[in-house]
Amino acid sequence: MSAKASQLRISRVGEITQIEFIESKILDESNIEQISGEMCSVVDEEATPKVIIKFGNVEHLSSAALGALITVNNRVKGKDGTLCLSEIDTQIREVFTITKLDKIFPIFETTDEAINSFS
Amino acid sequence: MTLTQSDQQDSFEKNTSLPFHDLDIERLQLEIADALHRRAYPREGVFAVRLAVEEALVNAYRHGNKRDASKIVTFICRIDSESASFEVGDEGPGFDIASVPDPTDEANLEIPSGRGLLLMREYMSLLEFIEPGNRLRMIYRRVKS
Repeated sequence: MSAKASQLRISRVGEITQIEFIESKILDESNIEQISGEMCSVVDEEATPKVIIKFGNVEHLSSAALGALITVNNRVKGKDGTLCLSEIDTQIREVFTITKLDKIFPIFETTDEAINSFS
Repeated sequence: MTLTQSDQQDSFEKNTSLPFHDLDIERLQLEIADALHRRAYPREGVFAVRLAVEEALVNAYRHGNKRDASKIVTFICRIDSESASFEVGDEGPGFDIASVPDPTDEANLEIPSGRGLLLMREYMSLLEFIEPGNRLRMIYRRVKS
């Protein structure tokens, strides 16, 4: 079975790793597992990860995707790092409010604000 | 096996009973979203229904059918200009809804799973489980009561 193409665009600015979703929907269970695995690999490469996940392209997500984000966040916290989210659509932001996950994820309107939060 | 589907001006109806591995959730969501758009449901209504339907189907597979993709998930849907109603069933023994931990409790926030039920309850106007708990009914009303 061939590996699926990456669902993520990963870049690094200074000490900060930025992760962006390529697809507008974080849906399919196998995709979510792949995304989670890729993000965990990024975290594993850093001594003290500083990660921003950009939701600019995301229009829809599920509780399975939230689970993947929590798994990555737990990994980041285990290395005394910080994970924050940016550019979240209003409707998806509401999902974080309903689930109270906005208590564990710092959420910023823009990626610049997220970058500044690390300084 | 798709049992019935009709899409007329007054209502969109679909009734399927399929092994989970034959269920194309994304396509189903697109059909439902299209039926809602054509009846001028608001954007937030389409988002809510799409999310709740996915959570219900995935829960039926994960929890009801214990991730056995060969087991049947049943899906019944009716959408008209007033409301969108759904029934989702699985082959499991059912469950006691009171036994499900609250994922918004401080102690549970960092647990990766267990939010599907909460999202269905929050986004739909009605969510109920039919005894013994292996079938749910949920309704989205355009004007929430």
